[in-house]
Amino acid sequence: MLQLLDISKDYENKPLLRGISFTVTANETVCLLGASGSGKSTLLRIIAGLEPPDQGTVRWEERDLASVPAHLRNFGLVFQDYALFPHLSVFENIAFGLRMQNLPRPEIEQRVREAVAQVNLTGFEKRGVSDLSGGEQQRVALARALAPRPRLLMLDEPLGALDRALRERLQGELRGILHATGVPAIYVTHDQEEAFAIADRVLLLHEGEIVRDGSPAEVWNEPGSAWEARFLGLGNVVEGVVRFEVGKLKVETSAGVFELGCRHAHRAGEKVNLLLRPSGVRLAADGNLRGVVADVLFHQDQFKVTLESGLYFYLPEAPPVGGEIRLRVLQSGIQCLANDDFIGLGC
Amino acid sequence: MRRRFSDSASRRVNDSTSQRVNESTIRRVSESANQRSAESLNRRFVLAESLIRRIAPWLGVSIFLGLFFFYPLTRILALSLDFSALTADNFTLTFYVLRFTFFQAFLSTLLTLLIGLPAAYLFARFDFRGKSLLRLLTAIPFMLPTVVVAAGFNALLGPRGWVNLGLMRLFGLESPPIVFVYTLWAILLAHVFYNTTIVIRVVGTALAHLDPRLEQAARLLGADARRAFWRVTLPLLRPPILAASLLVFLFDFTSFGVILLLGGPRFATLEVEIYVQAIQIFNLPLAAVLSFIQLLCTLAFSILYSRLVTRLAVTVAPRPAETNLRRARNWREKLCVGGMALLLLALFLLPMASLPLRSVAHLESARGERTAVSYGLTGDYYAELFVNRLGSLFYVPPFEALANSLIYAAVTVVLSLALGFPVASALARPGRLEHLLDPFLMLPLGASAVTLGLGFIITFNKPLITDHWSLITSPLLVPLAHTIIALPFVIRSLQPALASIPDRLRQAAASLGASPRRVWFTVDWPIVARATLAAAIFAFTVSLGEFGATSLVYRPEYPTLPIAIYRFLSQPGGLNYGQAMAMATILMGVCATGIFLIEHLRLPGAGEF
Repeated sequence: MLQLLDISKDYENKPLLRGISFTVTANETVCLLGASGSGKSTLLRIIAGLEPPDQGTVRWEERDLASVPAHLRNFGLVFQDYALFPHLSVFENIAFGLRMQNLPRPEIEQRVREAVAQVNLTGFEKRGVSDLSGGEQQRVALARALAPRPRLLMLDEPLGALDRALRERLQGELRGILHATGVPAIYVTHDQEEAFAIADRVLLLHEGEIVRDGSPAEVWNEPGSAWEARFLGLGNVVEGVVRFEVGKLKVETSAGVFELGCRHAHRAGEKVNLLLRPSGVRLAADGNLRGVVADVLFHQDQFKVTLESGLYFYLPEAPPVGGEIRLRVLQSGIQCLANDDFIGLGC
Repeated sequence: MRRRFSDSASRRVNDSTSQRVNESTIRRVSESANQRSAESLNRRFVLAESLIRRIAPWLGVSIFLGLFFFYPLTRILALSLDFSALTADNFTLTFYVLRFTFFQAFLSTLLTLLIGLPAAYLFARFDFRGKSLLRLLTAIPFMLPTVVVAAGFNALLGPRGWVNLGLMRLFGLESPPIVFVYTLWAILLAHVFYNTTIVIRVVGTALAHLDPRLEQAARLLGADARRAFWRVTLPLLRPPILAASLLVFLFDFTSFGVILLLGGPRFATLEVEIYVQAIQIFNLPLAAVLSFIQLLCTLAFSILYSRLVTRLAVTVAPRPAETNLRRARNWREKLCVGGMALLLLALFLLPMASLPLRSVAHLESARGERTAVSYGLTGDYYAELFVNRLGSLFYVPPFEALANSLIYAAVTVVLSLALGFPVASALARPGRLEHLLDPFLMLPLGASAVTLGLGFIITFNKPLITDHWSLITSPLLVPLAHTIIALPFVIRSLQPALASIPDRLRQAAASLGASPRRVWFTVDWPIVARATLAAAIFAFTVSLGEFGATSLVYRPEYPTLPIAIYRFLSQPGGLNYGQAMAMATILMGVCATGIFLIEHLRLPGAGEF
């Protein structure tokens, strides 16, 4: 449905977006995940038609949108701080897009009622938007964007301004609403947990380029590079040197020597990055990873144990601080990563 | 010179420190005293001392305002309730005067909005070359004395102005083709010239701080640019537009010098009629009634305005102004931006530029002879300022008027600083007393200068101490009136600076061993000095340009510069005209320098309307 082809955009003479191409199909929620300043919001504004790209095309069902101004695209956008009209009531905010379509009054009322019910705000219609809480404002913004039945819904960090508990609750609601309406959606966030919770597909944006495009499970299980593993917070990234390989690959790191399987060939002496998943270790007397416990934090049903080397792991019991522990790294707990220089080559 | 200062931000600093100091003094004193009676005596003494310390800063101002502002006002009130002025003739006169006052103020406001709103849009949304210079240019007139503005328009469009003389020469005409001075248009144009900057500031600031995403949200919901503007931007700008209109209306309503000088005797507003009744007809009771009506009107407008201003903050989201700025994109936008900028440039630069140019240009024959005209540059008008040509006792050479003005201004600076400084320091750490008294300090802003002058005439027309020394015959009356007018400005420019010094700085200095006096010199003084200088310049330029009150209370043998300009401008002859131009140019130069210095001395964010 939506197709982006080779979109590039400079900001203050520096490339902000470089050759962005992807598609969004019907019923699909795509998460655009990237650090702040990575150009996510700019990309949304280009799709919305608020800003022209320097290069590339935005297409909807094979039609180039370059000549279609923002107000004729029928794309909905939920702004980061909602951008509700402060001079209008909840009802009038939601009705705004319907009025722009010059719909008859009864239909406007009907559709606002539906939208209000959809976001659980029935009874709030006459309230002024400045009296609402952050979560309520967020719902109004969503209802306002959905009411005109957009062909595409874009959400720019819609939960960014809310506190954690509310954010987690609204994540679920949001996903439910997106699936119920079936509207294709682009969801922009810098929070990887939020992206994994909402998305059907995750696009990872790094330095103006899409470095990864896959389902949340794919992205989680097979990080493409050390940067990805670090940005997604998948675990410890350790640098190491390939020592020798006799059928199996051995990598020497500051934390110890690890044996692991890898799909790709390596040369001896080559530098590689390893990902040590924090949950992929067991306490074992014969473990090849040893270290002195620097800190122990209670973390949900486990303990987060940080070693003096900076590595951290999740263990079912708390070892004494200052004592030495030995850990065995499970096969599933260690992965070989591509260097950042070789992004896209995979490992 | 009618700038308002915001006071909301500066009130926050609490006065806990001084209380804490007093408490600790009390404790120390009580500990050293062994006997109960001595302790209570001491406590009472310290309490009395602290009370005195809180009240002391207000003593001077209270006595001064009481004697020279509130007392004259009550005299006006008493005289207007005399009912001797309530005749049928006076009633119709008042009705016509009021009707014209409202009419011209309404029309002026409308025209000001017509120019000011697009100008505000231009400044808030577009980036173009020379923008900051143009903005400065639009702001200058607001601070210029009315006589200067009147002289400026006269130099441009008057019968001896550039345009008329140019057209006469070009087409060989016998008389000036454009009749501008003494028409309604002159009044309206001068008001637009004066007050457009208010619309640009108030509406432009709101527009620049308007969240640009609100318009974008409207666009994405299907509104084209026009509908987004009418449905979202304009409704959000309604409170600032209303506030600006009201402020402009208030200034147009109380305008005096411009109407007297450019409108002439035909166009009597309340202000002009008060002046005419008091000075020319000497019907003081009627003048008092008109003043009373004037006071009621300005009071009503002021209350309305302050209520609007409190609502302003709610709708305008604090957003960085830069995000809204852009350059003109297509040729239509470029045409609009360029055209508007040119219009503003013409409106603001032409009157201000034609005045100094006219003061050094010889454009007509000297004594009404139409032959042998020598055109060219001349310094005659300035040289003539020092000559007493008429040899008359009652004629005062212009340079003496300038000297008088400078002396009056100096006295005004000293008086208003002496009275304003203690109050501003007290207001910088406001307690209950300060919150209570603060509005009274600002009341002089609401009374028009002519009303103040009338109050002085009514109040001080009797010998005060002896037959030989009464205030009405004393030249001191002029700086007294100027001080009343300048005082609110002085206080409002000192107060934010004094309040901006955090107590922690003083405490830090004290904890490092500085005595209170050294604390004041090392911490307070550097900040205070700037603000004091700015306030002094403010008072100086206010006094120098003041025309309304001065025109009622000045002594004929000690005229001020604006009075001299008014006299020379209303007398026939090219030489008189040229001298008026020269004097107005000097006045404009001094005031413009003052404005420039104040802008540079001002603390960021301290001075809004």
